[in-house]
Amino acid sequence: MKVVIMGCGRVGAQLAGLLDTDGHSVSILDTNAYSFRRLSPEFGGTALIGNGLDQEALKKAGIAEADAFVAVTQGDNRNVMAAQIAKHIFNVPKAICRIYDPLRQELYSTLGVETVSPTTIFAQILKGKLED
Amino acid sequence: MYIVVVGGGRLGYYLAKALLDEGHEVLIIEKDATICENIVAELGSICIRGDGCEVSILTEVGTSRADMLIAVTGDDEDNLVTCQVAKHKFNVPRTIARVRNPQNEAIFKKLGVDVTVSSTNIILERIAEEVPTHPLTHLLSITDKGLEIVEIKIPPEATTVGKTVKELSLPKGSTLSLIIRKEHKPLIPKSTTILEAADQIIAVTTPDSEEKLRATLRGD
Repeated sequence: MKVVIMGCGRVGAQLAGLLDTDGHSVSILDTNAYSFRRLSPEFGGTALIGNGLDQEALKKAGIAEADAFVAVTQGDNRNVMAAQIAKHIFNVPKAICRIYDPLRQELYSTLGVETVSPTTIFAQILKGKLED
Repeated sequence: MYIVVVGGGRLGYYLAKALLDEGHEVLIIEKDATICENIVAELGSICIRGDGCEVSILTEVGTSRADMLIAVTGDDEDNLVTCQVAKHKFNVPRTIARVRNPQNEAIFKKLGVDVTVSSTNIILERIAEEVPTHPLTHLLSITDKGLEIVEIKIPPEATTVGKTVKELSLPKGSTLSLIIRKEHKPLIPKSTTILEAADQIIAVTTPDSEEKLRATLRGD
């Protein structure tokens, strides 16, 4: 599977490493080259400096042939816009984005965008732990 | 009309001012506290501090009764999300977004933003008009009909000078509407009208055939 990841933070870098280890072809984008320090030395994919909202940068990352796109930058709006570009402009079969704001996450999932809200998930996990 | 403006920068400020002058009910949502205070001091209490992408703030300002929402922050992604939330959560009939990266206009339209205004494109176009050799200028686009009105200048060296309109094979869907000629009244072109150097031709065309129209008229 070919995967393009936008945002090389802790989550992005870790996901890139996991997919790469499993033998997938991974391209990861970040606007800041310093973020790539989070990638492990064994990472065999491509790391590219660029803004995932820029269609040229996405093309360079191979979005046209990608099977999946994941947006995990710090900005909810950036993530959801990038996922919609991947889905509607480049017809990527699977586009997932992180949205911290649960209300926005709910809205976008009803609009057909695949979303994950760490806020909701983490709150539930914590609640579960407290109830153990 | 009740109009919600998201973004209180220079654009948002002057827009709100103009809309107030026209007698509309206007509310600005702005993240920055200082900008908010300045607007309130100058225009009255029409500015609320908050993130215009958040459902809670949009609820607070009564977005569901808004006739229009205009997003004019400096960030395309924020403008897109604000418009989408307004449209799908609050059923605002008309959403308008400022677009900085011209590439984003297509995606905004596809995702349901009713009107996009690309500030970059407008500035580029205005500057290009002032370059005397610029061959084609966009004057107006009639988006819902897929048409645009353009101006094309015929340079003296064009191979089409001296030819009649009939002799040119204009692309389908393009119509010449007016010829503006030095020291003459503007004339409506007929099939027998002969093109002259320095003619300014106003034509109706489609975005797809404007390049072909320009090439045909100038004999490029």
